[in-house]
Amino acid sequence: MDAHQFWGALKQRGVTFFSGVPDSTFSAAYNLMLADPDIRYIPAVREDVALGIASSAYFVGEPGKPGEIGGVIMQNSGVGNLVNPLTSFNLMYKIPALIIVGWRGYGGPPNDAPEHWIMGAKTPQFFDLLEMPSQILEQDNLELALDRLLAAINDRSVPGALLVQAGVIS
Amino acid sequence: MISRYDAIGRILEHVRANDLLVSTTGMISRELFALDDRPGNVYMIGSMGLASAMGLGLAVRVPHKRVFVLEGDGSALMSLGTLPLVAWEAPANLVHIILDNEAYESTGGQPSISANFDLAQTAATAGYPRTRRVEKIETLDSALTEATAGGQLSLILVKCGIAPARPSAEGIPRVSHTPKQIRDRFRGAVQA
Repeated sequence: MDAHQFWGALKQRGVTFFSGVPDSTFSAAYNLMLADPDIRYIPAVREDVALGIASSAYFVGEPGKPGEIGGVIMQNSGVGNLVNPLTSFNLMYKIPALIIVGWRGYGGPPNDAPEHWIMGAKTPQFFDLLEMPSQILEQDNLELALDRLLAAINDRSVPGALLVQAGVIS
Repeated sequence: MISRYDAIGRILEHVRANDLLVSTTGMISRELFALDDRPGNVYMIGSMGLASAMGLGLAVRVPHKRVFVLEGDGSALMSLGTLPLVAWEAPANLVHIILDNEAYESTGGQPSISANFDLAQTAATAGYPRTRRVEKIETLDSALTEATAGGQLSLILVKCGIAPARPSAEGIPRVSHTPKQIRDRFRGAVQA
């Protein structure tokens, strides 16, 4: 899918505040986002820091309405860095966030470089282990995947993950 | 040497009702809770090292309010990379305070490495436009007056004494609110 379409669908759903650590899965989409005046992005130094920053969005929304959802953009090699903030902050305080994860090495070897093989095979199970909602982005399911994921995130007030394989966003 | 409890008390004298205060895990949140359990406090009772990231996000998203981050040397050292990130964004409404007792006091007073490492100097190198290192309550006062006057991002490093861990910990209650209560009350304060 086109990167314009991807960011457009997120903006339409009110997700406009992001922090993250870059991944090549989003390389072209990244530049588009950085140039987008409707998106505020803070370039984090690590994935846990990105989640901490993005979580602040939840407190900003209008009184009496559901909190705003902050976004994290990252590579799956950094999911380990999310364990402590997820278990002792977001999941404990019920602070939602949309975590967009470049799914490197999906399915395990021989896909991608060796450093992605182990995490590539385990990425969906990681989010399952923490009982977090997740969706896999496909070429033709952008609206559906986002709607389902954001509904689960809002219903349970927890972070959820959107897993994105190489080549899905161009 | 300033006691950390007294330092937090003095900081609170400079905090206005609508200011937001993000406090780190362990004794700092407990002492803040014991001193003044205000709605604008968010006690990050887990997630060590994350307070400065949350504070940065809040300062950027709520530019009309002052945001205080209250963390220890252990927490600041854990997230040292956040210092240049905060300086990169440089929100003028953020006052970053590190209470440095050169120890992990909440876990029994094990030494940290900040005795040989100046976190104020590090913050200055990271790009904080205004940094102060204070060792006396009077200089803490003037540093707070300066920092809360606004205009630019500030960091205050407060060198504190380590309290005798056991008696102090016994006298200071744990934060008694549930996480959800802390969250909702703070959300109300941010939106007020």
